[in-house]
Amino acid sequence: MKRLVLTGLVLVVGLGAVLADSDAIVQRRALMKANGDATKIVVGMLKGAPFDLGAVQAALKSYGEAAAKAPALFPDDSQTGDTNALPEIWDNKADVNARFAKLAQDVAAASTGIVDSASFQAQMPGVLKNCGGCHEKYRAKKT
Amino acid sequence: MKKALLVLAGLAIIVALGAAGWFASAPRSLSAIVAQEVDAPGEAAAGRIVFFAAGCDSCHMSPGQPDPFRLGGGLELKTPFGSFYPPNISPDVKDGIGAWSADDFAGALLLGVSPRREHYYPAFPYTSYRRMTPVDVRDLFAFLRTLPAVAGRAPPHALAFPLTIRRGVGLWKRLFLGANALPEAPGRDAAWKLGRYLVEGPGHCAECHSPRNILGAIVTHRRLTGGPLPDGKGKAPDITAGGLKDWSKADIVEALASGFTPTGDSLGGPMAATVRNTAELPAAYREAIAGYLKSLTPDRGPPGD
Repeated sequence: MKRLVLTGLVLVVGLGAVLADSDAIVQRRALMKANGDATKIVVGMLKGAPFDLGAVQAALKSYGEAAAKAPALFPDDSQTGDTNALPEIWDNKADVNARFAKLAQDVAAASTGIVDSASFQAQMPGVLKNCGGCHEKYRAKKT
Repeated sequence: MKKALLVLAGLAIIVALGAAGWFASAPRSLSAIVAQEVDAPGEAAAGRIVFFAAGCDSCHMSPGQPDPFRLGGGLELKTPFGSFYPPNISPDVKDGIGAWSADDFAGALLLGVSPRREHYYPAFPYTSYRRMTPVDVRDLFAFLRTLPAVAGRAPPHALAFPLTIRRGVGLWKRLFLGANALPEAPGRDAAWKLGRYLVEGPGHCAECHSPRNILGAIVTHRRLTGGPLPDGKGKAPDITAGGLKDWSKADIVEALASGFTPTGDSLGGPMAATVRNTAELPAAYREAIAGYLKSLTPDRGPPGD
């Protein structure tokens, strides 16, 4: 009976781990999708659409959330599946995490620094540079 | 006796084929007109724009440092044929192209032939650069000469036999390289022609954004409809009107300036380096590129129709 319970526990934990990892990919994608949706609006504003501080703050919140959660969302067994993440991520974990830390820092600075259209135009491009940096090294679009 | 005759005839055929192959694979020379045009003094300031249009830095900049103007070469380009190491094209006299003449430089870009009259492998996209105007070639040459000399040579390419025989590239060129000039395009406006020139010439977009055949040549009628990246990491998408159907012309212009797509994604992989270059171009160039791409139907003939 004891053995049965133990086996059951192992199974549940194992299954949980598997679910969590395919879950990691899903969560990663959801965070990136949210960032993209926010960025669409931000880029429009950089191009001359009317400045909207609320939308900027929402975008920064989205980036900040991604930067905080992402380092934990690349467990070793989430390398394959429905993901554009390159294996280089797992070879360079320290660099990847440092990049997320820098994003978090830039977001924090911009959150207090951006108060009007002028400070937005001055500071936002620097925050957005973080996106391309990782996509260049660590992502390969399959389609 | 009959047998000896047959052997002789066989040998004669082999020698004839060998001679034909040797002549067919010979490196070409610049025409007198082009040589004269590229020998005129170039303008470095204009050449800076050509540099970014051609994206020289993407392959030739010294790896592991951020300055696009340090052109020491040595970046590894992994391809299905082996690893290529783009050479030093800084003005260093010993290791770079500091001792080159304008004709040497034009021969490399327009014919894929080195100053020692050897063929370059088409990993160097003279397959597209050959469409560049002599004025752009000499301006680019003038600009490159203003950059810092970098010492050191790139490692030799790591290729398997028979690809190690450079002369064979001459036959490849015979098979796959047509005329250098883009065809006339009556009825097209100046912006379209500029866009076509940038995309099909210096910009060499088709080199990644096209499917290739088994010999590594672009499948002509599928140019720019997307293809696997040479290093096997992902795909370069279809950038004809079909692939860009959800993109407005302004969307393309924006992506070439900031790297952001209409969905708020930022372009990655090798396109990130490309965007650093296209961002340096005059706005009218990005507009022209976008207009030309949007005019392309997915299945068509050689560039220009």
